[in-house]
Amino acid sequence: MSTLPGRARAVVIGAGIVGNSVAYHLHEQGWSDLVLIDKGPFPNPGGSTGHASNFIFPVDHSKEMTALTADSVRQYKELGVFTRSGGIEVARTEERMQELARRMSSALAWGVDGVSLVTPAQIKAMVPFLDESILVGGFHTEGVGVVDSLRAGTLMRERAQAAGALTIQANTEVLGIDVEHGVVRRVRTTRGDIEAEIVIIASGVWSPRLARMAGASIPLTPAVHQMIDVGPVPRFATAKSHIEYPIVRDMDTNMYERQDGAGLEIGSYAHRPILHDPEEIPSVEEAALSPTEFPFTQADFELQMEHALELCPEIVGDESVGVKYAINGLLSLTPDGMPVLGETPEVKNLWSVAAVWVKEGPGVGKSVAEWMVHGESEIDLHSSDVARFWEHQKTRAHVRARAAEGFNKTYGIVHPGEQWASNRDVRLAPFHSRQAELGAAFFEAAGWERPQWYESNAGLVEEYGDRVNRREAEWDARWWSPIVNAEHLAMRDRAGMVDLSAFTIFDIAGPGALRAVQKVAMREMDVAVGRVVYTPVLSPGGGFKADLTIMRLGDEFFRVVTGGAHGPADRKWFSDRLPDDGSAQLTDVTSGWTTLGLWGPRARDIVGALTRADVSHEGFRFGTCRTVEMDTLRVLASRISYVGDLGWELYVPIEEGRRLWDMVFEEGRPHGLVPVGIGVYGTTGRLEKCYRAYGFELESEYNVVEAGMAWGKVKDSDFVGRDAHVRQRGEEPAAILCTLTVDDHTSKGGVKRYMLGREPILGRDGSRLVDRKGRGSYVTSAGAGPSLGKHILMAYLPPEQAVAGERLLVEYLGERYPVTVAVADATPVFDPENTRIRS
Amino acid sequence: MPVNILCCVKRVPMTGGRIVLTTDEQAIETRHLGFTISPHEECGVEEAVRLVEQHGGSSTVLTLGPAEAEEQLRDAMALGIDRAILLLADEEFDGQATARAIVEAIEAERAAGTEYDLIFFGNESADAGNYQVGIRVAHALGRPCATGLKGVAVADKSVRCEQEVPGGRDVYTLPLPAVVAVKEGLNLPRYPSVPGRMRAKRKPLETRTPARAGAGLEKVRLVVPESQGKQAQILGRGPEAGPAVVEILRQAGIL
Repeated sequence: MSTLPGRARAVVIGAGIVGNSVAYHLHEQGWSDLVLIDKGPFPNPGGSTGHASNFIFPVDHSKEMTALTADSVRQYKELGVFTRSGGIEVARTEERMQELARRMSSALAWGVDGVSLVTPAQIKAMVPFLDESILVGGFHTEGVGVVDSLRAGTLMRERAQAAGALTIQANTEVLGIDVEHGVVRRVRTTRGDIEAEIVIIASGVWSPRLARMAGASIPLTPAVHQMIDVGPVPRFATAKSHIEYPIVRDMDTNMYERQDGAGLEIGSYAHRPILHDPEEIPSVEEAALSPTEFPFTQADFELQMEHALELCPEIVGDESVGVKYAINGLLSLTPDGMPVLGETPEVKNLWSVAAVWVKEGPGVGKSVAEWMVHGESEIDLHSSDVARFWEHQKTRAHVRARAAEGFNKTYGIVHPGEQWASNRDVRLAPFHSRQAELGAAFFEAAGWERPQWYESNAGLVEEYGDRVNRREAEWDARWWSPIVNAEHLAMRDRAGMVDLSAFTIFDIAGPGALRAVQKVAMREMDVAVGRVVYTPVLSPGGGFKADLTIMRLGDEFFRVVTGGAHGPADRKWFSDRLPDDGSAQLTDVTSGWTTLGLWGPRARDIVGALTRADVSHEGFRFGTCRTVEMDTLRVLASRISYVGDLGWELYVPIEEGRRLWDMVFEEGRPHGLVPVGIGVYGTTGRLEKCYRAYGFELESEYNVVEAGMAWGKVKDSDFVGRDAHVRQRGEEPAAILCTLTVDDHTSKGGVKRYMLGREPILGRDGSRLVDRKGRGSYVTSAGAGPSLGKHILMAYLPPEQAVAGERLLVEYLGERYPVTVAVADATPVFDPENTRIRS
Repeated sequence: MPVNILCCVKRVPMTGGRIVLTTDEQAIETRHLGFTISPHEECGVEEAVRLVEQHGGSSTVLTLGPAEAEEQLRDAMALGIDRAILLLADEEFDGQATARAIVEAIEAERAAGTEYDLIFFGNESADAGNYQVGIRVAHALGRPCATGLKGVAVADKSVRCEQEVPGGRDVYTLPLPAVVAVKEGLNLPRYPSVPGRMRAKRKPLETRTPARAGAGLEKVRLVVPESQGKQAQILGRGPEAGPAVVEILRQAGIL
C-alpha cells in the first residue's frame, strides 16, 4: 500500500473534474506540495463526473456562469477532449420562442458567437430524427459540444504530477478534518494523516458531509437527474464518431436528447425533485453501479417517455430500440442554483469547490486557484461565494426546499424578478404586520420579507395619472406594478418611508478599530465622530468587492451598513482583515437594529415634529449621524440617501421598530407620507440619481475609475487595492459607466417594451461594443425614472461611445431600440446639483 | 398450436457490489439497491415471449411479493408478456408456502377458464436459492417437470427440454402441460423498448391476496459467504505485455 506525504501545502479531496482541475491550476499558479485524494478508484472515483452527460451549452443568462463555461470550453479544447456537435434548444411554444430570443440577447451580451434562431425545417435538416411538426422553432448554438470529463481530469492530474507538484492517492477515504483555533490543520484518512496548510473540499455530492467534519457548512443537496440510453439506433449504425448530430434540448419538457455512439441518450429535469442526503450514498463497494448512479425509478419517467416519443418518434418509437441503461444519477443542487466556492466562513484555510457541473468545472478550477493564490480571480465569483449564505440558508430544510423548487426550472423560463415560493417568511421586520395590513407585495432579500410596493398606494396611480407609466407587455410587467412609479412620485413630491430591515449591520470596535476599517475602506475613515462615509471596498486588483456606508460612532467604534444579500461575504471580508493582535472586534448586529428610511421634501417636517433635536440643514448636516430622542425612543438618525431626496435612515433596536413605524406613519400622514417599497429604493429612486449597486454596476471586473467614482484624492493610509487603484487613476479607463435613456420603446408589433436589465448595448450600426479589455457593453441595471418620464439604463461603454448625446441601440427580446447616453459620468440625471439632498 | 404460458418470477435486490445484511441478519440491506428478477427468470420471460411470437397463444407473468413487485411485472409486460398476476404478500413466504399459493392461483385461473400449457420458473431465485418452488408446483399439479434447462422448444403438444450436464446436454421431451425451470444462457433477453414500456402501463394486472400456509422451512439468519475477491493477473508492463495480450485475444477467438 502506498503512503501519503505527511504534510502538504494543500490537500484536495475529490478527484472528479473539479478536484483535478483545482489541483492542476494550483500547480499552474506556482504551488507545489499538493496532494489529491479520493475514496474511489482512478480514473472514475464514482462521483457525478463519472456519469455526467458531458455536453456543454455555452449560453446562460448569468454572466458569471457564461464566463466560467467559456473558459472551461477553452481548457477542454486545449486538452483535446472537446468534440463540437452544435446544439439546438427547441421550442414547442411561442412563450419559449420569446425566451430563446432572450437567449440570443444574452449570447450577444456575453460575446458568444455562432448563435441563431432557426425554423422547424432548419432543425429537421440538422437533426433528421426529430418530428419538427410539434416545434415552433429553436435556438442553435454552433459551439455546443461534448467533452470527455474523466479524461480531462486525468490529463490535468498527470500534468501536475509530471511536474512534481502533485501526489495523488486513490481509494483513500477521509475520516476527519482537524481544526485548531478556527484554522484547518490536517486531514485524517484511511492511509494516514496529512498536515495541510489548506484543505479543499471538491467532493461533489459528498461535500456537505466533509464540511461537517470540520464544523463548516456547504449548502448543497444530492439530487437525482434521470437518464436513459436507448439503442442500438439503426440510423446511428454507421456513425463514425460518438457524436455526429447536434444535441437537442427539449426546453418545454425539461429534457434533452443526444446521440451517443449507437445510442440515444435521453435526460430529464422534469420529474419530481428526488433529493437525497450525502449520508445515503453507498460506498464504492456497496454500490450496484457507481455510488452516484442510483437505481432508476421508472414511475418518475413515464411522462418523459411520452415526451421523448413525441419529439423523436423515429428512434424512441422503434420497437427494436431498447432501453439499455437507465439511472437516477446524482448531481449537486444548491438553494440558489449557483456553485459554492471559496474559503468557508467557519474555518480558515478550508475551501469549498462544490456544486460545480462538468460544463464549468475547469473554469471554476482555474478561478478558485487564482482566488486562493492571488486573493481574487479574473472572473468575479461573488454569486458563487460560499460566504454568501445566512445561517438559515445553510439549513437542510432550506437547501432542500429551494433545490426542489429550482430543479424543475433547470430549463425553465425564469423571469429576472421571479421570487421563490418555498421557505418564505423566515426573517420578518418588526413592521411586518403593519405592512401586511397595507397590502405589501413582499419580495425576498436574504430571507427578509421586504415590501416591493404597497397595494394601499393603488390610489396614487390614479392621482398621478399619465405620469405613471403602465407596461403593456406581460413579461415586462411581471413581478412589477405601476404602483412603484406612483410611490416614487409621491416620495419626490411629499415623503416616503422605506423598510430597510434587510441591511446587514456590523460594529467594529476596539483600539484597533480605525486601523481595521482604514485597511478595508477605500475612503478616508479617520473622520470626526458622527460622520457617515459611503465607500467602495476594493479587491487587491482594485475592482469592487463591496460598496457600503460606515458610521463613526466613537473614537474606537465604527458601524458598517451594507446590503442584505451580500452581507455575510462583506462581513467575512472585514473579519478576515481585522488586526492580528486582537485590538478590534467585529460584532454582527443585523438582528439587533432595524432601519426605517424616510425621504422626500417633507421628511424634515416629519422628523422635526417627532424630535426636539435640531434637524435643520445646518444643525444636522448631510453625511452625519447622531442619536436623537423621538418621543420615548432614542433613535440613531443618519442623514444620507440612496434615493436622492432629503431625509434620514432611522435606526432603533429591533423590538422598538414597530413603535417607530407607527410614530412616523402617524406624524407623516398630514404631510402626505406614504410607505414606499424597494421598487423605489432599489430601482427608480437610485437610477434617477445614477447611484451604483453592488452586483450590478459594481463588480471586481470593473474599477473605481471606470465606475466614475474616483472623486477626491487617494487617502494616505494603506488599504486593500490601493496600489492598483492609484495605478488605475493614472490610466485611461477602458470603459466608463454611463446612464442612458430609451428614445423609443415601440416594438415592431406596436407594443411598448421596457428592458429589465442584462441586455446588450450595441452601436448604431448594430455592432457589439467591446472595450479594450474585451468586455462587452450590457445593461447593468434598468428601470423607470418616473420623475424624468424616461426608462433608464446603466452600462459600461468604451470611451469612444461614452459621450453624452451618443446614440446607440439596446437589444431586447430580439428587437433593437434606440437609446441615448444621458450622462457619461456619475452626475445624476435627476437633480444633477443634488439640491434636494442638500436642502 | 397456440401456447398458453405462465411465467413465475421473484422480485429480488439488484446487488452489484458488496452485499450488506440488515442488522437482524434476516434480509439484505436494500437501502441503496434497486430490484430486479434473477437472470434465469429474465430468460424465462424472454422464452415465453418468443414462444408466443412463434406459436401464438398468450403469456402471463406471476409473482408473489410486496405491492412494489408490480414494477417487475410491468418490466416483464414491457418485454411482451400480455398480463400479470400479483400475489400480494407482505410477509415472507417460504418455498413451500410460495408453491402452495402459486398452485392455488393456477387452480383459480383454471376455474376461470385459463389453462396453462407451460409454466416457466427460474431454476432458482437470485436471493434465497432454494431450488424448489417449480418442482413443488409441478408435483402438486401432477405435471412433468424438467429443471436446469438451456433449451426449450414446443412442438406437437410437447416441449423439448435441453438440460446442461457435464460434458454435454441431456434432452427430455415432456408432454404438455408441463413445468420447466430454466437457466441463464437459454437465450439473450431483449431490452424493453419505449413503446413496450408504455404499453406495459396499460396491460391488465390482477392482484390477489393468498393465505400463507404454515412454514415448513424456517430461516434462522443470513450469512454473507466470504467472497474470493477480485483477482488480476499482471501480464507484463508496457510494450512487453503485448504478446501476452495477443495470446489471450487469440484464445478468446477475438483475433
